Amino acid sequence: MTKDAIKAGRLLRAPENFLDPVVAQEITANGLSEERRGFLRKSFLAASAAMASGVTFAQGGAIGDGDPNILNLPEHSTTLGQAVATNGYGVPSKYETNLLRRESPGLTRVSAASVSFAPLQGLFGIITPSGLHFERHHQGWHDIDPSKHRFMINGLVKNPKVYTMDDLMRLPSVSRMHFIECGANTAMEWGNVAVPTVQYSHGMLSCCEFTGVPLSVLLEDCGYDKKNGKFILAEGADGSSMTRTISMDRALDDVIVAWGMNGEMLRPENGYPLRLVVPGVQGVSWVKWLRRIEVGDKEYGTKDEAIHYIDSMPDGMYRQYTSIQECKSVITTPSAGQMLLDKGFYNITGLAWSGRGKIKRVDVSVDGGRNWRTARLEGPVNTKCLTRFNINWVWDGSPVVLQSRAIDETGYVQPKINELRAVRGTRSIYHNNAIQSWKVSESGEVSNVQVY
Amino acid sequence: MYRFTKTVVALLLATSSTMALAQAAYTNIGRPATAKEIAAWDIDVRPDFKGLPPGSGTVAKGMAVWEGKCASCHGTFGESNEVFTPIVGGTTKEDIKTGHVAALSNNKQPQRTTIMKVPTVSTLWDYINRAMPWTAPKSLTTEEVYAVTAYILNMAEILPDDFTLSDKNIAEVQQLMPNRNGMTRNHGMWDIKGKPDVKSVACMKDCKVSTDLRSTLPEPSRNAHGNIQLQNRTFGEVRGVDTTKPASTKPISAISAEQKLAMAAPTKPAAPAKADGLALAKQYACVACHGVSSKLIGPGFNEIAAKYKGDANASAALTGKIKNGSNGAWGPIPMPAQAHVKDEDIKTLVGWILDGAK
Repeated sequence: MTKDAIKAGRLLRAPENFLDPVVAQEITANGLSEERRGFLRKSFLAASAAMASGVTFAQGGAIGDGDPNILNLPEHSTTLGQAVATNGYGVPSKYETNLLRRESPGLTRVSAASVSFAPLQGLFGIITPSGLHFERHHQGWHDIDPSKHRFMINGLVKNPKVYTMDDLMRLPSVSRMHFIECGANTAMEWGNVAVPTVQYSHGMLSCCEFTGVPLSVLLEDCGYDKKNGKFILAEGADGSSMTRTISMDRALDDVIVAWGMNGEMLRPENGYPLRLVVPGVQGVSWVKWLRRIEVGDKEYGTKDEAIHYIDSMPDGMYRQYTSIQECKSVITTPSAGQMLLDKGFYNITGLAWSGRGKIKRVDVSVDGGRNWRTARLEGPVNTKCLTRFNINWVWDGSPVVLQSRAIDETGYVQPKINELRAVRGTRSIYHNNAIQSWKVSESGEVSNVQVY
Repeated sequence: MYRFTKTVVALLLATSSTMALAQAAYTNIGRPATAKEIAAWDIDVRPDFKGLPPGSGTVAKGMAVWEGKCASCHGTFGESNEVFTPIVGGTTKEDIKTGHVAALSNNKQPQRTTIMKVPTVSTLWDYINRAMPWTAPKSLTTEEVYAVTAYILNMAEILPDDFTLSDKNIAEVQQLMPNRNGMTRNHGMWDIKGKPDVKSVACMKDCKVSTDLRSTLPEPSRNAHGNIQLQNRTFGEVRGVDTTKPASTKPISAISAEQKLAMAAPTKPAAPAKADGLALAKQYACVACHGVSSKLIGPGFNEIAAKYKGDANASAALTGKIKNGSNGAWGPIPMPAQAHVKDEDIKTLVGWILDGAK
């Protein structure tokens, strides 16, 4: 360090900028050893002294000749890169190690019957990368041999049948993008603020393109009883053999028996080789490792319809068979646990979705819900699918509270938490679709709050 | 002629696409399910007991099965809150009469047990039959499932000690379930066209809200999910907050350039811990009973490491315990022999545990 100047653009540069480019390259390539850390600290102090003499963060004209990252050509511009197919199956950059699906400590005590949350705080657009899709298993996951997987339809059908994966994948398939949200997403926030980031408050949410055969095709193929067949039971092949009742209305509408996810086969954690996709309905009904569909004339009252996934009301009653995920949205950046490094322009971005159809509008407030502006919806805006919204915002450095509010095509308006509580109390656990508030403090730190 | 051809083609296209969608016969796809195949998989039992296999089981037999196969997770009296939420507790004789569990509305019971919620015996029977015991689902006989179901209802003081539950009397028993009248379908969240119960209005300007924050993150929760800085990208629009330190109260304008740079600095995430031992502990489901840093049914791996610290024979002792099982070292629940774990994996596991299970 150095006569080379620092260009601090809108975003602050890393301390490597203060280093001799050779050292910087080495750190980039090999990370920080203790020795390098020590060196870095010293260099950093020296650099800071230089900084104090007049760099402005907001605009920052170039100091001296320019940015060493530009002036000194980096190794990747001056050497031969790696060959094709070095990674037969591509993996994220080595710099992308922080965004992982994670468990919430203390939420469940047994990791085979637990949840891992998708890192919404750093995802873009509407598609969840397959490896970051949230997980919820009821008795652990398995990697099932697809050549031995069988799918059966029985019950009120003329011809009970067995299908292999070969059979299913010959049938006319569809590919559709849909969100999947656990009925218990945001459960920890019913009473008060409990978790530090959007990953843990809203991360039981993902959205993929699923490929498979419409269940209606298979039900027709087996000659289901159109008069008495009012419900289906979907059953998994895992240890818990997860079962859920689905109405025949839903089953014939847009339910898919799916093998594809984001252009490849389902991941084992998401039900490889076969899962049910039940658009708009809570994730527990999207039975993974799907082995059987039974057609029946009555509901099945399964464990996850009679003990769990029932919504506790203030009068002591439980709502049974709550399924539809109502309209909801959340700002993903900036969100709790993140910090803004300076005043000025930011793109507020987030996700909106509804189990009853398309998103019609998303409004954003930067003053805790007093005044609202309508955000831009990014296409495509699909039914029962995540919709990405964006809105411009200039932060003046004062404390603010950010909120988003979605409206779906039925006209339903995402409610405030107090409006939900007025009807459902605070012990519902499931189906909290309240407006989320993030406070940006004067320091730039964003935190989880409730404002209404 | 041209027009005619076009019409015919259009008609043909229309017909063929309709056919493609509505075609009834997907020839040579799938095959009839055999009666035995259906019997092997169609195990569900409905609230009207359709699907229930004939049979019976006594409370006494259920107690024996429970103590051997269920108590290690659920507690001797079904009350344990260590691994899963408690199964019994929180219901009264009065609840059995009314079919409504009073504790659900007066909230006198801090934690809701299975028996406080479940309205139907069929649900218990079905789930025990398909998914229990935890590590060996579907291994119980029909008699054992009847018996365990009877024993749970006995522990919940619904059935007497000398009761035999069977396909003949199970419907009557269902009429004793404490929360049998506690379920409602009066909501709009089953039908996609159902009426929402909460109606909000999209006010745009000068809307009425409180000026106070109604709730904020409790301080102990700030770092309870690990350092959030390491759960965000190290470049881009924002950074993750270093939650190992208290929140800054300085306004952004008072934060020095130096501090801003420090905040913006990419933090190399800590090198991942040597995961071999942990991966094996997960692979062999050791973690079903042992927490890495906390007691579950058995001791936490950290506790084992602490106990054997400095013990020269520790490695051999633990190897023996994994291979042959162990009894009485940490509490009343024995650890079964883990004969399926390979020797080399036992070695790795033991090394990892004694190394502090990190």
